[in-house]
Amino acid sequence: MIDWIQIFSNAAQELISPTTAAYALAALGLAIHFGYTGLLNFGQAGFMALGAYGYAISILSFGFPVWGAVLIGIAASVVFALILGIPTLRLRADYLAIVTIAAAEILRLTFTTNTFADITGSASGLQGYKGGFADLNPIPSGTYGFGPFTYNAYDWWIRIVGWGLVVLLALVTWLIMRSPWGRVIKGIREDEDAVRALGKNVYSYKMQSLILGGVYGTLGGMIFILPRSVVPANYQTSLTFFVYAILLLGGAATILGPVIGSVIFWVLLSFFSGFVARAVEAGWLPFMSQVQAGQLRFILVGIAIMLIVIFRPQGIFGNKKELAFVK
Amino acid sequence: MSSNVTPTSKPVKTTGLHVGEAAPGCRKVDPILIADNVRRTFGGLTAVDVAHVEVPRGAITALIGPNGAGKTTLFNLLTGFDKPDSGKWEFDGRSLAHVPAYRVARMGLIRTFQLTKSLALLTVLDNMKLGAKGQIGENLFRSFLPFLWRKQDDEIEAKALEILARFKLDTKKDDYAASLSGGQRKLLEMARALMSDPTLVMLDEPMAGVNPALTQSLLDHVLDLKSQGMTVLFVEHDMHMVRHIADWVIVMAEGKIVAEGDPHLVMQDPAVIDAYLGAHHDADIGTTDTEHVEVLKELIDDEQ
Repeated sequence: MIDWIQIFSNAAQELISPTTAAYALAALGLAIHFGYTGLLNFGQAGFMALGAYGYAISILSFGFPVWGAVLIGIAASVVFALILGIPTLRLRADYLAIVTIAAAEILRLTFTTNTFADITGSASGLQGYKGGFADLNPIPSGTYGFGPFTYNAYDWWIRIVGWGLVVLLALVTWLIMRSPWGRVIKGIREDEDAVRALGKNVYSYKMQSLILGGVYGTLGGMIFILPRSVVPANYQTSLTFFVYAILLLGGAATILGPVIGSVIFWVLLSFFSGFVARAVEAGWLPFMSQVQAGQLRFILVGIAIMLIVIFRPQGIFGNKKELAFVK
Repeated sequence: MSSNVTPTSKPVKTTGLHVGEAAPGCRKVDPILIADNVRRTFGGLTAVDVAHVEVPRGAITALIGPNGAGKTTLFNLLTGFDKPDSGKWEFDGRSLAHVPAYRVARMGLIRTFQLTKSLALLTVLDNMKLGAKGQIGENLFRSFLPFLWRKQDDEIEAKALEILARFKLDTKKDDYAASLSGGQRKLLEMARALMSDPTLVMLDEPMAGVNPALTQSLLDHVLDLKSQGMTVLFVEHDMHMVRHIADWVIVMAEGKIVAEGDPHLVMQDPAVIDAYLGAHHDADIGTTDTEHVEVLKELIDDEQ
């Protein structure tokens, strides 16, 4: 018999998990890039990797305090955005897409190579960087919560910081997108030559957008590693595509879309994986092995996303009116 | 071509713009835009090769010429959207060589495009507000502090609404620009250009694809620009419009300025007829280019 309570309680945990918050942050950054500015950044995984490695290496190799490590991660991602943006932002949008996807792979392979194993830990990655963050925890040790949401003090601390950051950055994004700055950014998405003809320095605005969204991804990358260790295999191109899936699910040019999209994505993923694994155990799917079952969840999520894109292409929070004019 | 469309009142023509004889590259009494030896080649093709041209201030100047004459390329070069191989040009006494497009716009030289560039998924009002210069809230670090830019933004909005009312687009202010008709988009683009209080407005085919009912109002708006003290330079194929509203006409062919002068006189210039019909137009080559013959017929009709 299938333990439905267990499946639902596992899925419910994803509602407030730090991973969900991390993906929400990365998707929010991508909303700034893709949804508002029209920049095709396919290297969000690279920005997240810089956050993860920037934070972990600063603490492990250089003994930085938490705030210093956060600043190093952000600085690394600003430099990364500049390196990507300076040659490509003057060109058409598709050039940025190619360069970002390649640059993110270069980063991941650099972190994986044995040459820098002393610093990056090569393929096995890094751990043991959580001490500083745990020391900042004001919650007395113990176990809190109810039902599926019962965690120890450290787990609550990650969740509070992660979701606090999501709320803060969603607010910041909402504020800047309704300002004249946001107006210029949206204008660039529609037609950058028209905006240029009105006297706006389009190149500079695109760079600001690339840096800002990249920093969101970097902060997401830092939250992502707090409940686990840093493993280079996590930063493959598929990570970027998951973040895109979340963004399209919620609605590309929205604030709540990426956040709620991330929640739905992770709850669905957890539900499918729990359900399929137990269904195989229970012998409901005799043609399938446990290993195959592990992969099936991504197929089911893929189908769910296809259905949403076909039947609700503007995403959950997108404006239906916009679609009437899509060329 | 829209025929028989005339402005509501007979426009007042500005005369006495040039010094000496009206010839290609002649000097103007008060030029606002001067270009010297501007050359642009695409591979083996010389698209623009202008030895000298001056655009008179406070007047409406038409830039005409057959397709492929280099009018739009010259527009792009003058506004920083394209870089010439060589040459220098200045606007209001300031050199424009190597100045990026957005700085050219900030100097007060605003252009529109042949293919209308309304910002489709922005509202009409947002399109307008984007046009205003020197906005405090366009700086990222000030943008999330609304109290810094709210007051200025309200002023910009009031101005935008006033201009929209003049262009009869005020009822559309909350609609996406994408929902406007082609003609309304041309109006919006022109209205948006006015938000920055330009000194020179360059219109690239303002009448292309506009239905005759709107042509009327567009013509009036172009004349309005002049009465407000702006200089207008426009590219147009509609000879009626050129004749009715232009104070000065510059004719381009094969990248060069071939004729200049008063709109009524320049049409009789043999160089203009050559430009439109080819230098050997009286030799029988079997086929006839019907469109150009029609243009010429219109010219002759108009003169009578």
